Amino acid sequence: MIRRALVFGAAFVGLAFLVLPVVAIFARVAPGRLIGQLGNGAVTDALRVSVETSAAAQALVLLIGTPTAVVLARRFRFRELLVSLVELPLVLPPAVAGLGLFAAFGRFGLLHTTIPFTKLAVIFAVAFVSGPLYVRAAIAAFEAVDGNIVAASRTLGAGPTRTFFRVVLPLARPGLAAGAALALARGLGEFGATIMFAGSLRGVTETLPLAVYSEFNVDFDTALAVSALLVALSAALLIALKWRPSLSTSRFRFAASS
Amino acid sequence: MATLALDFTLPLRSFELTLALRVERTVALVGPSGAGKSSVLRVVAGLAPGGVAYDGEDWTHLPPERRSVGLVFQDYALFPHLDVRRNVGYAGPPDELLERLGIAHLAQAKPAQLSGGERQRVALARALARDPKVLLLDEPLSALDAHTKSEVRHELAELLRDLGLPTLLVTHDYEDAAALADEVGVLVDGTLRQLARPAELVAAPRDAFVASFTGANLLHGEAHGTVGMTQVRLPDGACVYSTDEATGAVGVVVYPWDISLAREHADDSALNVLHGEVSSVVEIGNRVRVRIGPITAEVTAASAERLELAVGARVYATFKATGTRLVPL
Repeated sequence: MIRRALVFGAAFVGLAFLVLPVVAIFARVAPGRLIGQLGNGAVTDALRVSVETSAAAQALVLLIGTPTAVVLARRFRFRELLVSLVELPLVLPPAVAGLGLFAAFGRFGLLHTTIPFTKLAVIFAVAFVSGPLYVRAAIAAFEAVDGNIVAASRTLGAGPTRTFFRVVLPLARPGLAAGAALALARGLGEFGATIMFAGSLRGVTETLPLAVYSEFNVDFDTALAVSALLVALSAALLIALKWRPSLSTSRFRFAASS
Repeated sequence: MATLALDFTLPLRSFELTLALRVERTVALVGPSGAGKSSVLRVVAGLAPGGVAYDGEDWTHLPPERRSVGLVFQDYALFPHLDVRRNVGYAGPPDELLERLGIAHLAQAKPAQLSGGERQRVALARALARDPKVLLLDEPLSALDAHTKSEVRHELAELLRDLGLPTLLVTHDYEDAAALADEVGVLVDGTLRQLARPAELVAAPRDAFVASFTGANLLHGEAHGTVGMTQVRLPDGACVYSTDEATGAVGVVVYPWDISLAREHADDSALNVLHGEVSSVVEIGNRVRVRIGPITAEVTAASAERLELAVGARVYATFKATGTRLVPL
C-alpha cells in the first residue's frame, strides 16, 4: 500500500514538474493579450526569420539527408564509424556546435567564408543540429524495407532508380516523415549554435527562440507570447507525428493465412 | 525449345555451392533447408553472381532488370503499398493474367488482405506479367496449408505445362518436386547429388540421402555376398536379403508402398520379414502410413481396416528382395 502510494506520488511529481512550466506560459497572461502581443514587430520579424530559415534548412536536410541515408543504410566497411560521425552533432553541446561552425566557415576559419551572422548562417546552424535526427530516422526507415521486395522489383524489369522511387521510397515514407517532423521540431527550437554562429540580429538572424531570450530582458509578456507560439508549433508537430499510426501499422500488418 | 544453362560456384556461409545444370522444361531442385537451393534461383535472376546463359546468350553480367526472368519468391515479396492490379501491372499488362489465374475479383485488394493461396497467385501473375523467358519458383507450395496445397499443386502443374517455359523450382518436399517437374535434382550442402526423372530417382537412388529424401525407408546394415543374393545383417541381428550386389556398410532402401503388412507370419522364403509393434498410424487420403519399428509401410485404407491396425498391434512387415536397393553409406 505504501509502496503504491510512493510510486503514484513520484509519478504525480514527475508529471507536474514537466507540465507546470508549459502551463505557466499560458497562465500568467490572458489569452487575448497573448494574441495581441503576436502583432508586436519584434515577434512578427522573428516568426518570419524562423519560418524562412526552418523551411530552407528542412529542404536542405531532406535533399541531402535522404541520399546520405540511402548510402548509410547499405552494408560496407567503416559504416558504423560514418554513422557515428553523422550522429555526433546530436550529442554535441550547442555552443560547441556553434563554435565548430565558426571554425569551419568563419572568415578566419578553414573555408574562409562570409557566412557568419547572415541568414545562411542560421540555416547552417539549424541544419547542423536537426539533420542528424532526420538522417538517423531515414537510415532506419531504409533498412526496414524488405530486401526481397526490392529484389522483386529488379527482377520485374525496374532498374535501381525506378525501384527506388516506386518501391523503396513509398515503403520508407512513414519513417522518413517521422524523422522529418522530429528534425523540423528540433530545428525550430535551435538556440545555442544559432546565437554563436549567426548572432541575434532582428529581422535577419533573430529566430523565435532568440526573440524569447532577448525579449526576456525587455518585455516579459512578449517573451511569453513568443514562447506560447513555440509551444503551439511544437505541440502541432508532435500531434502530426503521433497521428500516423494507421500508416505505420496497418500497412505492414499481414492478414493471417487461411 | 530454349535452354537455360547454369554453371557456377558461389561461396555461401559454410560451404560452396557448385552447380552445372541445363534446364529445358521443368527442373526441381530438392534438398534440406540450407542446402543452397534459393541461392541457385538468385544466381539465375542476377541477384547473386554466377554463370548463366539462356539459349546461348550469356546472362552472367546482366543486371536482374535486363534478364527476362520471372521469379516467384518464397514469401511472395508482393509490394505491400500497391493493390493486386498494380502489383501484377508493375511489369506488364495485368488484366489477362488476373483473369487467367482467377484473381480478377481481387484487383483492388492490398496484399495484406489476401490469403496465402491468393497471394501466391498474385505473385505468379506478377512474375508472368513480364512475359519472362525463364520461370523460377522458390518453394512454391510450402507456405500453403495442406488443403490448399494439393489443389494449387495440380493447378500449378497444369499451368507450367501450358506455359512451356524453362522452369527451375526449388522445394524441400520431394512429392511436390515429383508432381511438378520432369527432372528432379537432389541438392545437399551445395552439391548436386543426383539429377534424374522422378521415377528413376526412386528406382535407382545414388546414395542414402537421395533415397531417404525420396521417401524411402533406409535400414543401415552390413552386407555379405551370398550366391545370387546379398545378405544384410541389421544392428538388431535380423537379416534382410537384396538382389542388389554390395559388401560392407550399406543402406537398404525400401519404399513404403513395397511393404505389405500381415497379422500372421507368411512362410515364404522369397520375402524379407520384420516383426514389430505398430507405433503410429496416419491416414493420407485413401492410404494409410504405418510405422513399425524403424520402417514405414504404406497400405490402402481398406487393408488397414481389415488388419485392424492400431498403435500397439503386432504385425509382420514383408517385402521382396527384388524390391530393395542397396546404397553405399
